[in-house]
Amino acid sequence: MDFTLRKEHEMARTLFREFAEKEVKPLAQEVDETEVFPRGTAEKMAKNGFLGIPVPKEYGGQGCDPLTYVMCVEELSKVCGTTGVIVSAHTSLCCDPIMTFGTEEQKQKYLVPLAKGEKLGAFGLTEPGAGTDAQGQQTKAVLDGDEYVINGSKIFITNGKEADVYVIFAVTGMIEKRGKMIKEISSFIVEKGTPGFSFGTKEKKMGIRGSSTYELIFTDCRVPKENLLGKIGQGFKIAMHTLDGGRIGIAAQALGIAEGALERTISYTKERKQFGRSIAAQQNTQFQLADMATKVQAAQLLVYKAAMAKATRKEYGFEAAQAKLYAAEVAMEVTTKAVQLHGGYGYTREYDVERMMRDAKITEIYEGTSEVQRMVISAALLK
Amino acid sequence: MKVVVCIKQVPDTKGGVKFNPDGTLDRAAMMTIMNPDDKAGLEAALRLKDQYGAEVTVLTMGLPKAEDVLREAIAMGADKGVLVTDRVLGGADTWATSQTLAGALRNMEYDLIITGRQAIDGDTAQVGPQISEHLNIPVISYAQNLKIEGDSVVVERQFDDRYHVLKAKMPCLITALAELNEPRYMTPGGIFDACKAEITVWGRADLKDVEDSNLGLKGSPTQIAKASDKVRKGAGEKVTLDPAEAVDYIVGKLSEKHVI
Repeated sequence: MDFTLRKEHEMARTLFREFAEKEVKPLAQEVDETEVFPRGTAEKMAKNGFLGIPVPKEYGGQGCDPLTYVMCVEELSKVCGTTGVIVSAHTSLCCDPIMTFGTEEQKQKYLVPLAKGEKLGAFGLTEPGAGTDAQGQQTKAVLDGDEYVINGSKIFITNGKEADVYVIFAVTGMIEKRGKMIKEISSFIVEKGTPGFSFGTKEKKMGIRGSSTYELIFTDCRVPKENLLGKIGQGFKIAMHTLDGGRIGIAAQALGIAEGALERTISYTKERKQFGRSIAAQQNTQFQLADMATKVQAAQLLVYKAAMAKATRKEYGFEAAQAKLYAAEVAMEVTTKAVQLHGGYGYTREYDVERMMRDAKITEIYEGTSEVQRMVISAALLK
Repeated sequence: MKVVVCIKQVPDTKGGVKFNPDGTLDRAAMMTIMNPDDKAGLEAALRLKDQYGAEVTVLTMGLPKAEDVLREAIAMGADKGVLVTDRVLGGADTWATSQTLAGALRNMEYDLIITGRQAIDGDTAQVGPQISEHLNIPVISYAQNLKIEGDSVVVERQFDDRYHVLKAKMPCLITALAELNEPRYMTPGGIFDACKAEITVWGRADLKDVEDSNLGLKGSPTQIAKASDKVRKGAGEKVTLDPAEAVDYIVGKLSEKHVI
């Protein structure tokens, strides 16, 4: 087994790192403080092809593999968790389901401008009563002539008010499965500006504060029946498939946050002097850094393995769940230790590790909590 | 319209400078980048491609690993890359380098040749103008802006406190300043294409109308006696005091260090 990256991946990492250092890092603190979506950065990322990395060229994308996309989210998140999740939600949660389940017409109409970065994408599955339990959906879609009429609401939607294209899930009926009546869930593409589609409250969050997290409200929102994504009743499958890919993106975000915190802690501990020598000269610091670096490396291998599985296999949910579970928990642990090693300064907003610790927490929650990842992993082990 | 941009892979001085025992730079051991002035020249050429559909070829001379800088240029949007590499070309000074590049350019079609003003590892600013001399074409150096007018190129040539506007009929050669523009990034898809692109590799035998006596270390009228890294300065100290206190403070520091 050879762990050497191919030339194109090394070059891509250089590109993403240079872009992140030059365009994203200088704004990271301001984006966090002001909670303003970094529109200018999103436009620059669009111009440079960052919003369509794994999408084939014939659909306006860059034609690269999932590993290249993962590296992009990783490098962006190393300096700004908000910017990392903007790319991840757009690519994994909106481009990917349209690319996988969309008709040729839907791909031309929606995927091409999304992959070119002319439009931003979002994904609406979560509801107040349907978080981990996606079957708890209350939003309904009813066919009326040539249109579906959608009523209901979605919460905690990343890229909420900033997106142009939304992949939305709604109940379209009841079906019998193994003798039990369950909800039939279908998926729809909804455009911003569609009558009856509006935005509710903006969430005030602990971390990733520049990402636009909104409630989506549908009141007699009529979408053409051509906007049904996949087949009727295929929604749950589409959601689960999409989240498998999304988890790799969030795992990459978590990995990037952990790497960023580790880098900053290494430089800080070399500079900070106590008792007449740098704190890096203290054995406690050395052991903490060794543990942090080892866990970050292990997380990277799991995340890259999941990305390679997505590139080569039809099913990669197991690898995605392991990568997200581990990378998210490592991000939380490493950022917490980073703050500790920074001491009192690490608790202030002057230092990036404070923001990184807040940003890390969400990676254990969204796109499937750590508990859900354990369910997925154990289910595969015990089947 | 055909544009050839001469680019050079130079040591990234941010990663530290390493030397061979004979005092020359150990290029193989250092991180490398595309020379900043050359990158601005490439960006200028890519803008001509965007605007007029120009075909952009990048040309470099160096070790086999200089192929990397050509792939970077292709990932930014250049169409083709040509690498001139041969052991007999090693150790070249500006004269031998410009002879080598001119020998390669005689095999190529061009309306415009763009080079960087100078490379950060040599700082001579001689190679571009020398190439134009060998090819017998006009040169405009220190370009801070350029545009095409019919069959001519109009260039703002930078001086310390002013600029001259010069017009030259193509084919001609321009040397570009880093201030010319803000070079674009590579694109992810461009990187994948660049890694698959075929790079043309030429050796000594492919150079046209060049004497052996003008090539490599033996053909170099100047040779490096010794090179050394800059002495790193300390971090310094900044204090804010009124003038009288400042004088006392400085005199005190100088006495402390036995300077006065």
